[in-house]
Amino acid sequence: MSAQEIRTHSIDMSSVLRGKEESQHPNETCIKVENLNLFYGDKQALHGVNMEMPKKKVTAYIGPSGCGKSTLLRCINRMNDLVDSARIDGKILLDGENIYDKSVNVAALRRRVGMVFQKPNPFPKSIFENVAYGLRIQGVNDKRVLEETVENALRGAALWDEMKDRLNDNALGMSGGQQQRLVIARAIAIEPEVLLLDEPASALDPISTLKIEELINELKEKYTIVIVTHNMQQAARVSDYTAFMYMGELIEIGTTSELFTNPVKKQTEDYITGRYG
Amino acid sequence: MDNSKIGHHISERFNQELEDIRNKVLMMGGLVERQIELAVEAYTTGNMELAEQVIKQDDDVDALEVAIDQECTQILALRQPTAFDLRLLIAVIKIIHEIERVGDKAERIAEMAIQLSGNESKIPHHELEHMADLVKKMLHDALDAFARMTLQNVPAITLMDEKVDREYDNILRQLITRMMEDPRNITRTLDVLWTVRALERIGDHACYICEHLVYMINGEDVRHLSQEELEKRVKVPR
Repeated sequence: MSAQEIRTHSIDMSSVLRGKEESQHPNETCIKVENLNLFYGDKQALHGVNMEMPKKKVTAYIGPSGCGKSTLLRCINRMNDLVDSARIDGKILLDGENIYDKSVNVAALRRRVGMVFQKPNPFPKSIFENVAYGLRIQGVNDKRVLEETVENALRGAALWDEMKDRLNDNALGMSGGQQQRLVIARAIAIEPEVLLLDEPASALDPISTLKIEELINELKEKYTIVIVTHNMQQAARVSDYTAFMYMGELIEIGTTSELFTNPVKKQTEDYITGRYG
Repeated sequence: MDNSKIGHHISERFNQELEDIRNKVLMMGGLVERQIELAVEAYTTGNMELAEQVIKQDDDVDALEVAIDQECTQILALRQPTAFDLRLLIAVIKIIHEIERVGDKAERIAEMAIQLSGNESKIPHHELEHMADLVKKMLHDALDAFARMTLQNVPAITLMDEKVDREYDNILRQLITRMMEDPRNITRTLDVLWTVRALERIGDHACYICEHLVYMINGEDVRHLSQEELEKRVKVPR
């Protein structure tokens, strides 16, 4: 609508006030955590966590170091299975199915739930092969399919324009920010439902960080995203929902705008305003 | 004074910055309270020196408004405050605007005092003084609520505004009668009307300050609500 139109036409207030309404409509749940406890040996790292993460939205976990946010994130694609001393009880439902059920194939689960870590970890291969890797190990070798997938994934990760002429270069020659976006491209090449991002921008400069944040905003049209971040402003910028964790417990989860302007719990308020409790 | 809501940040400098803003707001409020007092006194006694003083003092109020605004902007940009801190700054930016407007009203009364000096067509002073006492109390209590960061007295303040409005209507009726009695009175009576109107508006601004305080402390926007609705919301502090 042009400025002229805005001045001369009567305004449909419902569309102007849409933001307010949206938050009132609950979204479809993608991931549901039910009474989750996690122990590393004798030490309990998560205490009875319950939360729901809606589909195609960004949920951010914030909290001080050691509060269990990364641990919780890693539970969602069973990365903690790789830790010998870790023991879990409770449920995590992905589209209604418990991912800790005995019948679940963990490799298949991790195809549905992709993960990106703090430090970019590209393989010492070409850019093309990095992105194509997921398909290759699934046995896809059709050149046309691979090329199409790589292009789409790189476009999805906002890297195509920068990299389309360098697809055969070694990925280790890219900058940190580019490597991180490459790793995201690799994760989305196999079309997961969920993307787990563990401090994806903490090792990047401010501009690369903004690019990743912009990317997250685009990716949520297709994927459910869960992000762990130490940077509260980043959580505020990119997420729709924010969960505050403290000492292994979920203290509060709510819409990001509510949580940052008017949190319910004093502990949350103290943390986000930088007070000592 | 309870400053636990402002203090306790890990950054001691942040505590000081917020404390400084609060002190400046209270200082600005104090200046404006004094302005009303002097303006009303100038009006009722015809003391022109006082009226001049009120007009001159408005510059200080304006300067404080600009300074506080600037400090708030700085904190927003540099510290990216959240939750109560954020609401405090947003509320302060709005509250100082209200206080500045009250200052303008006091200036207006002082100007009217100069214009009407030596003239007989003033309304009886005691009615105007009574109304002035009411709005001074409203403003004082609103600033006090800000200083203490509590909403305890807010419903009483907004209730008082209804009383002020009734007083205003009474005086207005008298002024209309006077104008009808003798059209030669109209110009002078209108000047009196502006004065009374300015007092009535001061009461309104005190109420707006209260609304900003509710947002600051409870996180709830209570503008454009009825008195009953406001009382209901204020009674359930978080």
